[in-house]
Amino acid sequence: MTQALELRDVYKSFGRTEIIRGVNLAMEAGLRHAIIGPNGAGKSTLFNLITGKYPVTRGRIRLKGEDVTHLRPYEVNRRGLSRSFQVTNIFPRLSVFENLRCGVLWSLGYRYSFWHFVNRLRDVQERTEAVLEQIHLTARRDVPAGVLSYAEQRALEIGIALAGNPDVLLLDEPTSGMSRSETEHVVELIRRVSAGKTLVMVEHDMSVVFNLADRIAVLVYGEIIASDTPEKIRSNAAVQEAYLGTAPATA
Amino acid sequence: MSVAAAPATRSAALGARRWGLWFAVVAFLLALPHVFDSPIALAVMNKMGIAIIFALSYNMMLGQGGMLSFGHAVYFGLGGFIAMHALNRLAGGPWALPVPLLPLVGGLAGLGFGALFGSFSTNRAGTVFAMISLGIVELVASSSLILKGFFGGEEGISGNRTKGLVLWGIRFASDVQVYYLIAFWVVVATGLMYAFSRTPIGRMANAVRDNPERAEFVGYSQRWVRFVSFCAAGFFAGIAGGLFAVNYEILTEEAVGLARSGNVLLMTYIGGIGYFAGPIIGAVIFTFLESMLSDYTPVWLLYLGILFLATVLFVPTGFAGVLMMHEPARRAGRLRRLVLPYLATIAVGLCAAIGVIGLLEMVHFWSAAAVGRTRMHLFWTTVDITSAVPWVVFVALAAGGALALRRVAPRAAAAWNEATYGPEGVGR
Repeated sequence: MTQALELRDVYKSFGRTEIIRGVNLAMEAGLRHAIIGPNGAGKSTLFNLITGKYPVTRGRIRLKGEDVTHLRPYEVNRRGLSRSFQVTNIFPRLSVFENLRCGVLWSLGYRYSFWHFVNRLRDVQERTEAVLEQIHLTARRDVPAGVLSYAEQRALEIGIALAGNPDVLLLDEPTSGMSRSETEHVVELIRRVSAGKTLVMVEHDMSVVFNLADRIAVLVYGEIIASDTPEKIRSNAAVQEAYLGTAPATA
Repeated sequence: MSVAAAPATRSAALGARRWGLWFAVVAFLLALPHVFDSPIALAVMNKMGIAIIFALSYNMMLGQGGMLSFGHAVYFGLGGFIAMHALNRLAGGPWALPVPLLPLVGGLAGLGFGALFGSFSTNRAGTVFAMISLGIVELVASSSLILKGFFGGEEGISGNRTKGLVLWGIRFASDVQVYYLIAFWVVVATGLMYAFSRTPIGRMANAVRDNPERAEFVGYSQRWVRFVSFCAAGFFAGIAGGLFAVNYEILTEEAVGLARSGNVLLMTYIGGIGYFAGPIIGAVIFTFLESMLSDYTPVWLLYLGILFLATVLFVPTGFAGVLMMHEPARRAGRLRRLVLPYLATIAVGLCAAIGVIGLLEMVHFWSAAAVGRTRMHLFWTTVDITSAVPWVVFVALAAGGALALRRVAPRAAAAWNEATYGPEGVGR
């Protein structure tokens, strides 16, 4: 059993406030993982620690066996981990196509090149078109991303994370603020694009979580209180008391 | 197959059009000195060419990379100084350089200093970057009075371009030859800067400008992306500086100073920072006004300042933005409907401008003229500033024009709306 992502004794404090208090978590490669927990439990902070946005206070993070604890976001990304954001975080003045292309360039090895013309790079072109199709935005190809509808921007948000073809994909509340039908679309999208990858998502919508996840970890006040299959999590007394019981599932 | 072939033919047609445009530009530049052949026209055109390269290089940072620099003249000026020293030191020796290559020497110097100063200033964008750029320009400008051997003190350093290595019998003794040299470098530098904007690093410069955080999560270090853009901008600024050295044969500390750095910001902004061609338009307009206005009025700098303010306040997308704003209407074939409303707006706008200019000129004359002199030339006539008549006339023109503008301008805007979105279309 190979671990795509492994957190060992991870702590994070902001000033004197401890947000993450000794998280131990191993995420098996090729599965869909969900991290759930009440508001303020530290789910997004955990993502920011894994991706290098915030430095960890203590502990170790391994990606595919390699220590990535003190790497910068771009270094983590280059090792095959990509993420989306809870609050839409795109390139608003660039077209939809260009947004996705930004996500593609490094992964295909073009790095900081100033000796290639992007329009002539067939592999970049093809990969970008493929992602565009996957997220169903082909019709909006040349529109500036800033003028897309909210749901379209959310799809683009996932698309940018997906574009570099990462082994590990982190999605931070991919369905937040969406209607029922939009949510169903996104669930289908996530199911399709995460095939063969390790997916880790933070999600509030319990129907989405139980629909998609192979494994669920429950984070409460900076600690993992349970991490198991959906069936076992559903019947876990501690989880029910701490989370599901006090806040009924929105499904 | 046919589906795949369609975009290919389209891009081929686009490619052909692009090459056609470049050929047209080259032909235009070749013909220009035959149309405007006076020494003054040549001097202005040479100045414009240098300004075009300089402004385009500035926009690699401001428009493309989101870096607001107050010290871009550092790379221009240092490039120029080093090119001048290269000309002077190497002349006559075994390493004498042909004059056409001197701008390249300037470019490499600009690149070197870009790498040096960029290494710590591109760490952050925004206010921090702007403040550091201000610090660097002050540092270099003040060291020009300390390092007299290099900067030549207050007199600056001068050289003689005809002492360079002569190739094909061209000695650059005449301004026309210098014009063609500048035109050549304008085409080469513009082409290279345009090409840069189409490369992975050029595209990522836009991405970092828009959202540096997200760029880091797709594998790019925002700092490194800014650094590469910064170095490239320094290189092209250095080329412009090298051309300046060849053209004027003298450089003073003014070439590395704050005023020149401010000017390039003004012209780039007036032209439009959001479009590749914007700085070209801005450099041409700015240089033209700078050269022409200074012949007519001592307060020309004030007018350039007003032009800049008006651009920032009313058309932040610059001249290029105004032109591009009419692209949908042109494509729909409705441009003609705009002629009358626009002419009306321009007419009342001119009235208001004449009023304001008249008042400003009279105020200036009043404060600057010798005691006892009360008559001045203004708009092809002579006015007496002690009489109330001109004051009343110009106040009336300014106020009347401004009032009329408030009525006419909305009609022009409505006409633009209709021409852009069609009669049934909904305005933004």
